[in-house]
Amino acid sequence: MLVPLSWLKEYVEVTLSLEELVARLTLAGLEVAGIERIGETWSREHVFVGQVLEVQPHPNADRLTLPLVDYGRPQPLRVVTGAPNIHVGDRGQKVVLALAGARLIDGHSEEVRYVTLKPSKIRGVASEGMVCSEKELGLSDEHEGILILPDDAPVGMPLQDYLGDVVLDIEVTPNMARCLSIIGIAREVAALTGQKLRLGEPEMEACGEPASTQAEVEIADPDLCSRYCAAVIKGIKVGPSPFWMQRRLSLCGVRPINNIVDITNYVMLEWGQPLHAFDYNLLHGRGGQTPPAEKPLIRVRRAEAGERMVTLDGQERVLDRDILLITDGSGPVAVAGVMGGLHSEITDETRDVLLEAAAFDMLGNRISSARLKLASEASSRFGKGVPPSLAPRAARRAAELMRQLAGGQVQQGLIDNYPRPQPSVVVKMQPERARKVLGLDIGDDDMERILTSLEFAVRRDGDSWSVQVPDHRLDVSIEEDLYEEIARVHGYDRLPATLLRDELPPQHDDSSLRGEELVRNVLAALGLQEAISYSLGDWRLEEPLLPQEGLGTGDFVRVINPLSADRQWLRRSLLPRLLLAARDNFHNDDVVRLFEIGRVFLPVEGSELPEEPLRLAILIAGLREQPSWLVPQPESVDFFDGKGVLDELSRRLGLGLSLRAEPHRGLHPARSATVLLDGREPVGFYGELHPQLRSAYDLPDCRICVGEFDMAALIAAWVEHPQARPVSRFPAVLQDMALIVPDEVTEEQVERGIWRAGKGVLASVTLFDLYQGPPVPAGFRSLAFRLAYQLQDRLLSDEEVKQAHSRIARSLASELGARLRE
Amino acid sequence: MANLEDVQRRALAELASAADSEQLEAWRQKYLGRRGELTLYMRSIGGLPAEERPAAGEAGNNLRRLLEQSFAERQESVRQMELARSLQAEAIDVTLPGRRPVVGSIHPITETLRRIRDVFAQLGFEVFRSREVETDLYNFELLNMPPHHPARDMWDTFYISENVVLRTHTSPGQIHAMRAYCPEPIRVILPGKCYRYEQVTARHESEFHQVEGLAVGHNITLADLKGTMTAFAKQMFGQERTMRFRGGYFPFTEPSVEVDMDCALCHGKGCRVCKNTGWVEIAGAGMVHPNVLRNGGYDPVAFSGFAFGMGVERVAMLLHGIEDIRSFFTNDLRFLRQFGQLL
Repeated sequence: MLVPLSWLKEYVEVTLSLEELVARLTLAGLEVAGIERIGETWSREHVFVGQVLEVQPHPNADRLTLPLVDYGRPQPLRVVTGAPNIHVGDRGQKVVLALAGARLIDGHSEEVRYVTLKPSKIRGVASEGMVCSEKELGLSDEHEGILILPDDAPVGMPLQDYLGDVVLDIEVTPNMARCLSIIGIAREVAALTGQKLRLGEPEMEACGEPASTQAEVEIADPDLCSRYCAAVIKGIKVGPSPFWMQRRLSLCGVRPINNIVDITNYVMLEWGQPLHAFDYNLLHGRGGQTPPAEKPLIRVRRAEAGERMVTLDGQERVLDRDILLITDGSGPVAVAGVMGGLHSEITDETRDVLLEAAAFDMLGNRISSARLKLASEASSRFGKGVPPSLAPRAARRAAELMRQLAGGQVQQGLIDNYPRPQPSVVVKMQPERARKVLGLDIGDDDMERILTSLEFAVRRDGDSWSVQVPDHRLDVSIEEDLYEEIARVHGYDRLPATLLRDELPPQHDDSSLRGEELVRNVLAALGLQEAISYSLGDWRLEEPLLPQEGLGTGDFVRVINPLSADRQWLRRSLLPRLLLAARDNFHNDDVVRLFEIGRVFLPVEGSELPEEPLRLAILIAGLREQPSWLVPQPESVDFFDGKGVLDELSRRLGLGLSLRAEPHRGLHPARSATVLLDGREPVGFYGELHPQLRSAYDLPDCRICVGEFDMAALIAAWVEHPQARPVSRFPAVLQDMALIVPDEVTEEQVERGIWRAGKGVLASVTLFDLYQGPPVPAGFRSLAFRLAYQLQDRLLSDEEVKQAHSRIARSLASELGARLRE
Repeated sequence: MANLEDVQRRALAELASAADSEQLEAWRQKYLGRRGELTLYMRSIGGLPAEERPAAGEAGNNLRRLLEQSFAERQESVRQMELARSLQAEAIDVTLPGRRPVVGSIHPITETLRRIRDVFAQLGFEVFRSREVETDLYNFELLNMPPHHPARDMWDTFYISENVVLRTHTSPGQIHAMRAYCPEPIRVILPGKCYRYEQVTARHESEFHQVEGLAVGHNITLADLKGTMTAFAKQMFGQERTMRFRGGYFPFTEPSVEVDMDCALCHGKGCRVCKNTGWVEIAGAGMVHPNVLRNGGYDPVAFSGFAFGMGVERVAMLLHGIEDIRSFFTNDLRFLRQFGQLL
């Protein structure tokens, strides 16, 4: 809401400095988002209201003239102008005269550029000043002619004093819709500064017939229209509205159109009541005739399904039962509270006006507006609530202005159809509770004074007050609403800051969060960088990585109003975004190690809400370390780099993860695995990205190791408090064992076999060599382990070690077909 | 027969100039070895008359002790010199870059969330998490916004269907938390991702993180909210920070306030970050609306509560001087590696 201070001051005395006023309004909930100082650059010594005394032709140029301008000094000033709205022979126009030295905007420049006016010679004639256009003064973009001021503009007054203003841009939250008007803001300023609102009841000077004999109003759906006031103004002359009104409308961001439309807008800005003016003679009566054959009928009703009308913007609208219409004897003439119809709009030929001031239901209006995807200044106000008490006052105010400014005759009285009077609201309030909830030590008298200043009527009845809500306050219905009024007018800056004294609530288990954070810490310590990606993406990007083939759009959660086509689907996997991140990072980096913990979204048959399991994804690719002077050409990572990360994660969380070779969609068929918990429960997959997908994702030609895991399963298996195993004081005996095993036997099987057979005497088993090729026969490979034999309570003898070693070898031979390598 | 004085003079002089173990060994051979001068002297004593032998023997032994002791001393000092020389040979340029371990870190959003969580943990708040895809009921209606309520315009919403939305704020978590814990008192923070149907710019993201706070109890006051927010700002942004409450509007709180902090960059003088106001908005807050308490299962006569919500990206941007909110989602390692002090 743009509020010119000059307008505001008509309704309330502003006793604070601008800075104080802005601060006070902002603290009280009317945030001043901007302050525009109109005419700040118009120096009082250089820019004046002037009057043209005479206009002479320019001796050397047909398109230029030489006005002589009186600006209240003993000597008028002769200037040169090319303005097309000043002609030789003109006299008497009020104009803006700028003297050399004035700071003006360059009228010929595209952007706003300030220049200092200098004395000059134009085609041989000296000019010590100029008459200004609106653009040069920064009032608008108008540069066709010079600004002509109203006849009553005081000659010689510095323009700053005449047209200068301050416009506050106030952000009005929905609960403050009453402040979408100058009077509404003035009422707040009055309460906040202890001043009185200067507001009388608007009156109109009427003559002629009673309005009720010249139109009739019926409300068929009073649930959507609780009040409808109409005034009839006859014999108006449509033309431009006066300068001062145009000026105020412009300052408020409303484009002047003609006096009738401007008056409706002006009163809307002033009072907050949207108005609509119909061309009286185009409205039909009950029998379908227009005046003078019949008096017009205004009927407020719901639209029929499929009914059509053309609105002011020239669009044909198809209507339905949720839309409220203003109709006349022949059909729709307006979408109530949203937009008028084209047929009955005010034109230059309009002579008589039917003026509407009505109260439309807030929700009903919002539904109409939403259904038609049509918003207007009127609907933005009705859609936040306009109190019915405003209608007759605004109607009188506008009718009177039409009399004064458009020469109309206001017909006597208003038609006021008010089937559902606004209920009076009384809120019970306990002052003691207000103090308690606010935590504010404020006296009863102060609270009452604040409420009274906002026009609440307080009846104190001991410790329970009855507070009558003024009819312009649609936002107050409960006690807490009053607490807010008290707190914000008292000033939030005076509210103490205390720490919670209430009892501490019981604490709850948060192990899943701790587990999740632990996974983050472990992975970061293992050299992976945490990523956070968008949840919304393109399902086609994910499809090749999904476990099952044939998943389609139905398997994704879709946003029906996406910002863009590639941000339309909620992810089922974290990997695609990590792959894209890797692609981008490879432009700048050789080492890319990422992880992300986030939700994925899986539609659930028969449920409107998807499952949102938490996943972990890892990606390890590129070089094993940053190239440096120490290692100029580090090796590239492969399968076992990521596996090492998983092994370490598993060890740190006590998980017991293992891998089972298994092809997975999107992964290298011979280098991918299902990741198992305790050798049984699948919790995810890990492997190298399929080379074909690598190029599809625009990734470099290197091994990209990826995995994705179910966080809930990992955290459920997490051993938060690992139990200590005693550490032996006795030295271990190290023995190597090289085995030749068939290819189909996995390393894991051999290692498990060693542990099983060496139970009780083994402290560690480490694979230290793997070999294939002659002399190892084809179909076999050689695995070499270092075994550490150790007991807790004593030293092992050579004989004991020897026996255990051969027992292990025998067991491996019989169970796995492994034989010792000579 | 050698002149012992002469031997002693030469031996000590030569020992003093022996500079390494080789020269030392040669010296030892020359004087103390099996054919060394002193050994030869001792052997020659047998050829002396009997009465001269004891004195000559004693003189020889004295000299041997002297030389052996001098040798040991010289040997030690030569060893020290040799060690120093060999260490000096290993000299390096200490300014050469070190071997960089490959380490990762957590995302700045995670880091900021952890800091926020730590501050509120000290005040007794625990974490409560809830879903990101919500029903209209939880995202709006139970928060005192029936269908077509004007306040709904404040949240540009992504819809999954007419009744299902991507949560526009963490506030639905308030209802979940209340329904989970009623009738116990509550102190929780609700962190998580939120979504707004909003064009992405340097200042606005369509996906972002919020932390909501909720306290419900028998004696929770608006002044407590101010104190809690002040404590948070001071812990997070420095003890010298000051706070300001100003009137605000949220349908789920009454009274509602906006929480501003004096701009840490310009100390209230006005700059680009605070848009020349001297204040930066860090949270929206208020006393939980009686309808919301009721929807959570609490009797608003017996209970009161406060709630607040803040943007995690916003806090991170203020803490680290990050100017473009989009940076958080690019996953650009050059950006991410600048943070993560917590790990």
